[in-house]
Amino acid sequence: MESADLGAVWLTLKLASVVTVLLLLIGTPIAWWLARTHSRLKGAVGAVVALPLVLPPTVIGFYLLVALGPNGPGGRLTEALGLGILPFTFPGLVIASVFYSLPFMVQPVQNAFEAIGERPLEVAATLRAGPWDRFWSVAVPLARPGFLSGAILGFAHTVGEFGVVLMIGGNIPDKTRVVSVQIYDHVEALEYAQAHWLAGGMLVFSFLVLLTLYSLNPRLGRTGL
Amino acid sequence: MSRFTVLLSALLFAVGAHADEVQVAVAANFTAPMQQIAAAFEKDTGHKAVLAFGATGKFYAQISNGAPFEILLAADDETPAKLERELLAAPRTRFTYAIGKLVLWSAKEGYVDGQGEVLKKGDFKHLALANPKTAPYGTAAVEALKKLGLMESVQPKIVQGENIAQTHQFVATGNAELGFVALSQVFKDGKVTSGSAWIVPAKLYDTIRQDGVILAKGRNKPAATALMDYLKSDKARAIIKSYGYEL
Repeated sequence: MESADLGAVWLTLKLASVVTVLLLLIGTPIAWWLARTHSRLKGAVGAVVALPLVLPPTVIGFYLLVALGPNGPGGRLTEALGLGILPFTFPGLVIASVFYSLPFMVQPVQNAFEAIGERPLEVAATLRAGPWDRFWSVAVPLARPGFLSGAILGFAHTVGEFGVVLMIGGNIPDKTRVVSVQIYDHVEALEYAQAHWLAGGMLVFSFLVLLTLYSLNPRLGRTGL
Repeated sequence: MSRFTVLLSALLFAVGAHADEVQVAVAANFTAPMQQIAAAFEKDTGHKAVLAFGATGKFYAQISNGAPFEILLAADDETPAKLERELLAAPRTRFTYAIGKLVLWSAKEGYVDGQGEVLKKGDFKHLALANPKTAPYGTAAVEALKKLGLMESVQPKIVQGENIAQTHQFVATGNAELGFVALSQVFKDGKVTSGSAWIVPAKLYDTIRQDGVILAKGRNKPAATALMDYLKSDKARAIIKSYGYEL
């Protein structure tokens, strides 16, 4: 494998790891709220979170490019904060990926929270556990399969991302040129041998991820997909 | 006749009625002129040209894997020659339909000066160009930067578009302050349509000879031959020139 390919693999793993951590931090409160709320906004918030499941990556990539560009609202904000514009940067890819992979984290965790039901939390309340304590000592441990499933799917989905990165990445080595883009470049340049190395690797990786997911707990696989 | 046979014959008829269609793979830089030419072609001959736009390298991969294109209008002269050598194109049908020009362009008025000095000043964050490995206009941009001795200084600022259309999009949305695009993308009837531009002198890069060829699937197809002839007509040549190509 060439060093450019290794660079792409390393960058992809770095991106997916950062994104997975952020997804846990952002996705958990959203999933908790969606699982517990009786608000009329529940449907709307759930729909926004699920949007990346149905939207073509070209739509997401195009709007991110326009919104985060110097003439878009996001771009004006980041420039005012002195961060410059986000397209063509690693943080830009992270933000795009968090949005793009959000449903893969939120939905399994939300399902797991919903499966707990009211009862264990009520029992904990009668034992004088406060809301914070109930969440950490009861809900989170019981929802562990959901977290595991969400983290694996969020990570794997970020690794498999292509269209959004292509549209806002700018194909910069070690910054935005992830494996899927590198494969695309190899195929376009007719370097089929190098393409096979990476593409075959992705195939094996994806299979192993799903195999792990399903064999850890057959029930768990179903909650995510 | 059963309903099924009616439906079947209707479908067969529909296929027959579209037999004078020709499937054309068009290099992204030639999008706008080709749309105009295809419209005129349909009006003048009754044949319909169905257009697909993209990167020449991608078209090559698709054609060698059985894509149903009948004509390729490439962004270079190597790909059509290669297809002919590999018997994927009809022999002796290749010709240069346009000579492309490279331009340094910004969506901002007054940003790019008439001598390209802006490249030397270097007070920009991103310079967009098409992937030099796969897109001829990207290769030309790299050649020009090297001849100007600026390759090293601008290298960290380069962002690559997958093809010349995406490169244009990066600049048009302002995400890259400036970029090397095809003149045809920003030029109409003798002038640059928006922003500011420097037409890169031809001596700074190898001539971008854009060749068209009839592919194996279009051999002996009247509509394909008709479109190739049409591209050589005065009417089509006038359209091609109006987008800043040379001929």
